Amino acid sequence: MLTLQFVAHAEIKKLSSGEKINRILNLVKEDKIVLVEGRLKPMEETELIQRTMEGINKNFKGIELCTVYPEIKRESVMDKFTRSVASALTGVRSGLTVIGPATVIKEIKRDPNKIQLLTTNGLNRKRSYRLIGKKRRR
Amino acid sequence: MIKKVKGFFRGLLSIFRKKKHIKLGLYGPPNAGKTTLANKISMDWLGESVGIVSKIPHETREIQVKERIEIKGKGGKKISFNLVDTPGIATRIDYEDFLKYKLNKTEAKKRAKEATKGVIEAIKWLDNMDCVVVVLDATLNPYSQVNLTIIGNLAAREIPVLVIGNKIDLKKAKVKNIENAFPQYKVVGLSAEKGINIEEFYDALFEVIK
Ligand SMILES: Nc1nc2c(ncn2[C@@H]2O[C@H](COP(=O)(O)OP(=O)(O)OP(=O)(O)O)[C@@H](O)[C@H]2O)c(=O)[nH]1
Ligand SMILES: [Mg+2]
Repeated sequence: MLTLQFVAHAEIKKLSSGEKINRILNLVKEDKIVLVEGRLKPMEETELIQRTMEGINKNFKGIELCTVYPEIKRESVMDKFTRSVASALTGVRSGLTVIGPATVIKEIKRDPNKIQLLTTNGLNRKRSYRLIGKKRRR
Repeated sequence: MIKKVKGFFRGLLSIFRKKKHIKLGLYGPPNAGKTTLANKISMDWLGESVGIVSKIPHETREIQVKERIEIKGKGGKKISFNLVDTPGIATRIDYEDFLKYKLNKTEAKKRAKEATKGVIEAIKWLDNMDCVVVVLDATLNPYSQVNLTIIGNLAAREIPVLVIGNKIDLKKAKVKNIENAFPQYKVVGLSAEKGINIEEFYDALFEVIK
């Protein structure tokens, strides 16, 4: 099962870079794809990569990171995916950062239908969004 | 009097600054050809190689520095720098990816472990760089997140950047894609392995290092 978790700007804006990265990495290590509203700062991106490298082990093979800039049109699976998910979930126009566990993303790349299933089935329904939201608050 | 003292110290500082060698870093994703280019530069001007080249990603897992390379340009211009070859930066490392290169499990795991440390080192060294040559494989999509992260970081740190589209000897190479992706930077297409367009690269270095 794929789990998406949306992290709103309001949730992390008061956190330090380190705390923000902790929050994101902990979620990713639970095999969740994390959608962070807005973008990370360049130094936060490199810090995220460093911390990811420190955490690599048998079960955690690293991350796929993707920043979606609304003004850039790209055609990779990940981007199509995030574009649809992002607009469905947030309507945010100022960008979105998607961070997922490398193993999960690899699986999606191998079989993009999995995403299709997720985006058409899950996200058009308000309910699934609320589900994700609830989980977050726990 | 104070003015004189200040002036003296400033003079002293400027001497130190001149003495200090510029650090020129080669950065990029694994397998882009950083070490191949480092070897080419160092061979051309010092007659020595820098490191081992391999088709297996993460061949370079420790920073390699070649000191005092002096290159000569048109009209007697010279620049001298310490050349820093860095481990390729990645967001994921899976030892299983190395198994297909005939490494056994132990070797693959060791390589993966060292590679994670290499990535951390490479990022740490970003702060020390005076100028960076970002080496990209021109046959691949330039919009990978690692490329964007590296270039975004260099921009934030205000480090001068020259972007290389390497492997133009291959049919699939598209330097134009890199130019479109990073319009704010000078992009030079070359083949580090075959030595194609290296002169243009050295000319561009003179433009970027000031
Ligand atoms: N066709 C072609 N192959 C090249 C060129 N430059 C490098 N290569 C090949 O690309 C592969 C990787 O080259 P390296 O120089 O080891 O790459 P690197 O960027 O140092 O890689 P890491 O150390 O793993 O980060 C090797 O198989 C090289 O032979 C080129 O100009 N043309
Ligand atoms: Mg190398």
